[in-house]
Amino acid sequence: MTSIFKNRLFWPAAILVVLLVVNMFTSRQFVTIQDGHLFGTLIDILRNSAPLILVGLGMTLVISTGGIDLSVGSVMAISAAVACLLIQELDDQNSVGSVLLIIAIAIAVSMLMGLWNGALVAIIGIQPIIATLILMVAGRGIAQLITDGQIINVQSGPYATIASGFFVALPVALLIAVAATVLILLLTRRTALGLLLESVGGSPTASRLAGIGARRITIMVYVVAGGLAGLAGLIYSANIKSADSISAGNLIELDAILAVVIGGTALVGGRFSIAGTVLGAVLIQTLAVTVVAVGIPSEANLLFKAVVVVALCLFQSPTLREKVFGRLTPSSAARAEVPA
Amino acid sequence: MTPVTDKGTPTNPRRRIYRPNAKYIPIIATLSLLVIMYSSGVANYENFGDPSVFVNLFRDNAVLLVVAVGMTFVILTGGIDLSVGAVISLTTVLTATLLKGGWPPLVVLPAVLILGALIGAGQGAVIHFFKVEPFIATLAGLFLARGTALTINQQSIPIRDDMWKAISEYRIVLAEGVVTKPIALVAMLAVLIAAVTLAWTRFGRNVYAIGGNADSALLMGLPVGRTKIAVYTLSGFCAALGGVLFSINSTSGWALQGNGLELDAIAACVIGGVLLTGGSGYVWGTLLGVLVTGLIQTIINFQGDLNSAWTRIIVGVLLFAFIVLQRLVTRKAR
Repeated sequence: MTSIFKNRLFWPAAILVVLLVVNMFTSRQFVTIQDGHLFGTLIDILRNSAPLILVGLGMTLVISTGGIDLSVGSVMAISAAVACLLIQELDDQNSVGSVLLIIAIAIAVSMLMGLWNGALVAIIGIQPIIATLILMVAGRGIAQLITDGQIINVQSGPYATIASGFFVALPVALLIAVAATVLILLLTRRTALGLLLESVGGSPTASRLAGIGARRITIMVYVVAGGLAGLAGLIYSANIKSADSISAGNLIELDAILAVVIGGTALVGGRFSIAGTVLGAVLIQTLAVTVVAVGIPSEANLLFKAVVVVALCLFQSPTLREKVFGRLTPSSAARAEVPA
Repeated sequence: MTPVTDKGTPTNPRRRIYRPNAKYIPIIATLSLLVIMYSSGVANYENFGDPSVFVNLFRDNAVLLVVAVGMTFVILTGGIDLSVGAVISLTTVLTATLLKGGWPPLVVLPAVLILGALIGAGQGAVIHFFKVEPFIATLAGLFLARGTALTINQQSIPIRDDMWKAISEYRIVLAEGVVTKPIALVAMLAVLIAAVTLAWTRFGRNVYAIGGNADSALLMGLPVGRTKIAVYTLSGFCAALGGVLFSINSTSGWALQGNGLELDAIAACVIGGVLLTGGSGYVWGTLLGVLVTGLIQTIINFQGDLNSAWTRIIVGVLLFAFIVLQRLVTRKAR
């Protein structure tokens, strides 16, 4: 098992290392210490990866149960809209307690959105891609209604901290993402939860017959995915100090799915890799930074992303592996996995 | 699936009361909704009953209609095509750039259409030969097409070609005071051809068979691979055609045109009763789905004081209603 696992993450990790090396030579400051904080390209990459890591974590859990969540971008927009609207109405926008309460409210609203998705999938039995398409379409409209079609600007110090602040030399956004990753890793790898998720993804019916609350677990992953997307939305909007219901989280669902796939999680469910998703998210962000750093116009970023997706999918495709590597290593065909 | 009785009677004698076949229920529901929405529009707003309001639906939604027709084929095989919006943008940018560069319009037109078809074929090949999920393969196509479009030009490029302008300004008089544009006719033609193809050709039957169960289709000796690649090629072609219609309508090309249109097209298919698991649905349903979304927009325009955000929310609510309806219908059929 471990050899396959290593094999799966080998290519993304190799590409990431190459990109980081390129950055090391092109950027003036890769990692430096300034006023007791870490600065530089590497830190920027990690800080800016935070929203995608969070959304990707939720997406991984959803995909591990055989689902998919297209609504994460809209949930980000709603969460940002709720938070900025409430903060704007505060008498003192710099009150830490109020901002924390508002953050909690925004995340609760996002989890409610997740609950809606989960209920559609698990109780009514709608295909996940369609069930979440509803909120994806309607969600941005809801966010627009909340902000009344305007971009709400806020001047809250504590709110800005969650995106651009530092804590013990490290960016707060990165710490939030790391904390979420560790928490989910512990929950899925140190408890039986991960096994249950994979079981539900493998076969919901068999899981139910085996006495697993498949329905409850399915709802739970969508709630968690909603909450994490809400958190990502807060970081995104705190970074630009405003709520923009049109561009917040636009197309992030595709990047998140991409991160999950790069990380070696099969889209059919039943097996997942948290570390792989984090690697995938950082890889996507690094690619975006590298493209700009080496002087290629940023609009070409999408082209590189396409090349990476195609290359990784082909490398991970059992058919191609068999054709290319089959003759070299006869055992690789036997090790080939179920097509993603 | 009426069971054949031993006497060989053509109809089941127990079925005396007329009950629509389960497979038509979603489409009938959409049609009824369309009628209800239209009549309430006529009742509530002045001039809503003017024939041009209805005729304009086809003009305003021509691009979406063409793209949704291609998407219908893909969804019927159980796949999905996320790249259509990006192919539209690439087509409009390329068309505008080539025309600006002095290429003859009669060369540009087939060139961009073929390019769209080739992008689709490439995606289909990756999906079939390398067993890559359609979602991922077409996502890569999305990035590739939009990335290329943005690399070519990020600005909106005006089209000053005579042929494009002439088609754009041409009006077809349907009746006294009711005019439409050529792009609406192209879109309707696409619907007709698609409907005929699905209903009466071998290819159409293969599409349904694969969507029903790809493994069974393969065991039956149907050309699964060829058909799969063909539907993505068709979808790519339709997207390119949509892009051409876009460029005619706006006489410009822009790399962000058609952003998110893939999801509108999928939504139209779903509202029209095309089952996303494949194997069930009609192009007529897709047409109705497009008209419903268009009519929502029209009503919101007539209302005047409604926030445009409501369009999205109402489309979402309708999506929900139709999906639940489909769910109930399919559950009963099993």
